[in-house]
Amino acid sequence: MEQKIYTISVYTENNVGLLNRISAIFLKRHINIESFSTSESEIKNVFRFVIVVKMSSEKVVKIVKQIEKQIDVIKAFYHTDEETIFQENALYKVKSSALFEERQIQNIIKESHSNIVTVSPEFFVIEKTGFREETEQLRKDLEPYGLLQFVRSGRISVTKAKMGISEILNTFKNNNQ
Amino acid sequence: METSTNEKLKKTTTKPLHISGAEAVIRCLLAEEANLVYGYPGGAIMPIYDELYKFQDQLHHVLTRHEQGATHAAQGYARTSGEVGVAMATSGPGATNLVTGIADAQIDSTPMVCITGQVASHLLGSDAFQETDIIGISTPVTKWNYQITKASEIPEIMAKAFYIARSGRPGPVLIDITKDAQFEMFDYEYEKCKGIRSYQPYPSLSIEAVEDAVELIKQAKKPLVVWGQGVILGKAEEAFKTFVETSGIPAVWTILGLSALATDHPSNRGMVGMHGNYAPNLLTNECDLLIAVGMRFDDRVTGDLTTYAKQAKVIHLELDPAEVNKNVMADVVLLADCKDSLRALNERIAPKTYPEWIQRFDALDAIEHEKVIHSDLNPSKPGLTMGEAIEMINKHSNGDAVIVTDVGQHQMVACRYAKFNQSKSNVTSGGLGTMGFALPAAIGAKMGAPDREVVAVIGDGGYQMTIQELGTIFQQQVAVKIVVLNNDFLGMVRQWQQLFFDKRYASTEMVNPDFVTIAKGYQIKSQRVKERKDLDQAVGEMMASDKPYFLEVCVEKEHNVFPMIPTGASVSEIRLE
Repeated sequence: MEQKIYTISVYTENNVGLLNRISAIFLKRHINIESFSTSESEIKNVFRFVIVVKMSSEKVVKIVKQIEKQIDVIKAFYHTDEETIFQENALYKVKSSALFEERQIQNIIKESHSNIVTVSPEFFVIEKTGFREETEQLRKDLEPYGLLQFVRSGRISVTKAKMGISEILNTFKNNNQ
Repeated sequence: METSTNEKLKKTTTKPLHISGAEAVIRCLLAEEANLVYGYPGGAIMPIYDELYKFQDQLHHVLTRHEQGATHAAQGYARTSGEVGVAMATSGPGATNLVTGIADAQIDSTPMVCITGQVASHLLGSDAFQETDIIGISTPVTKWNYQITKASEIPEIMAKAFYIARSGRPGPVLIDITKDAQFEMFDYEYEKCKGIRSYQPYPSLSIEAVEDAVELIKQAKKPLVVWGQGVILGKAEEAFKTFVETSGIPAVWTILGLSALATDHPSNRGMVGMHGNYAPNLLTNECDLLIAVGMRFDDRVTGDLTTYAKQAKVIHLELDPAEVNKNVMADVVLLADCKDSLRALNERIAPKTYPEWIQRFDALDAIEHEKVIHSDLNPSKPGLTMGEAIEMINKHSNGDAVIVTDVGQHQMVACRYAKFNQSKSNVTSGGLGTMGFALPAAIGAKMGAPDREVVAVIGDGGYQMTIQELGTIFQQQVAVKIVVLNNDFLGMVRQWQQLFFDKRYASTEMVNPDFVTIAKGYQIKSQRVKERKDLDQAVGEMMASDKPYFLEVCVEKEHNVFPMIPTGASVSEIRLE
């Protein structure tokens, strides 16, 4: 079965322990999570998990059903890369001396469309938002100048299609009345 | 003036009770009509036990001899009564000892609420005495769990716990309550949970799908119904009976579906699965339409999925969306409580018969009877068989008893041969296969159906895993009948060793104690039967007793359970010897 990258979006109530409950679903099936991020969604008090996994389409359907089965999960979806707009964010910490002594660094920053977040006498921090290849390329480019720290966020993504969570919540509300 | 007096009156009547969190827990249980609790006290749950003492005239607490026993007893109670079972334990080891029963209830969809004490909230995460992360530990095996750290959360969370445990596909819920929340005083008001916005337990049935199903049924020439516990959980026994009677379709059951349709009902054609009957397994791969009702295509039922019912169209009546197309792809899915789906089908199907197709069952039944059943029930060798012990229980129960089984050979034999006249009569650990389940489950089963005869049939291995619950039976005088089928072996594992590991009997032979003497220690009337001539009278005496009774039946040591589908093989490869 062909494996593909899927972005799973999970809308949930804000409950302690839910993160554990969702990750346990992957653990039970020995599935590695490529990236995981969470934040409040467009609806107050409704959270959105964005989970990136590599698996077959047969498996992703089943996983999404298992996630949606959890009591505090409002709705879960899965999408292919083509169906979503997604980005990752990366931070790069470099010695300040490099910025002033190595001319090339300034060109790298300019060409990669990254931003300088902070500069101190000892170090400076560059930020880059984009696709995995772009943040990865910048890492490669900066490595020769001594990368003190590097960190990349999980994928965040929005779908091209409408999610309609407010409508779903309204239907649920009516069902329960 | 009048109005203000009224308002004043109204205010005093609705004034919330100012009580402790611990008392609130008891009041919540009573509000949910849970007046029977199985448990074991300890430090972190002492405030709740103190309230149990004060409320003992309204709420009966059964002290089991181990927390695992409390969960299995709560399960047994839930299975025969159809109500939510409740188990309680303290923090740390008390809580971890619940885990096996919780996992069992999760996989067998048993409604249960477990309440655990927890160290005070300021100690959380400090590795305090008897602190354990029971929320983390129980997450994968609970339908829902929650840690309460403030008394004010208790009413809402307890209401949710019961609602979640019993609605939709039932399951276990664990509520962990810190000790300070149990002591804390607050204004208590209780309101039953009517719904949770992120939880929609009853999907609405698609009439279009019902019509598609009816069409498939109309076209079918060799249809087969496989039913599971969904029929019992959905209280759909009557609708199911009407469906099989009207449709004329032969029906076969999974182990947890057993007893939903009476054993002697003409449409009941036996058990599917690893040790199921010959015809149901073989004909699964011959039918042209498979109608699965409230079952989940467990691997013990299907064997090799790549060769399972590939020739058949499949209609799946299922409540849990996650079970649909999980193991077997369905052509038509009726996603709803099976009582609703069955009623919708009943309104639309015409009476039909399948004489030729039924003859196929009869012919294969005759083969199984000749090769297996006859020698199981009427053995020519001197050694007693498990089958004849079950048959003797049938003779004396007339099929009216609840049969509680453990896990292993005796379980398969009991399920194959026990007769049942009514639903909720088969209590066993199906999905998890928990040895040690039966003895404590029988306690709960009897308390959940006090007017019924409850017979626990247990192997000598599983019996010793929770044998301490004889103490509970003794203290509570629960009139369960315990039958240990003793072959001095872990029989099922031994059978596999014989068949698949060249008879290398690694750690399966048991040197057993004198079980009759042990029962005597608990002042439980007991008897041992070694010979065929004594069996009838012994079982008769046991069944006639209105007190707990222990009967040891010494059976043949190396008897095998057949038919059998080896693990991973196709249902067509079922072996009779």
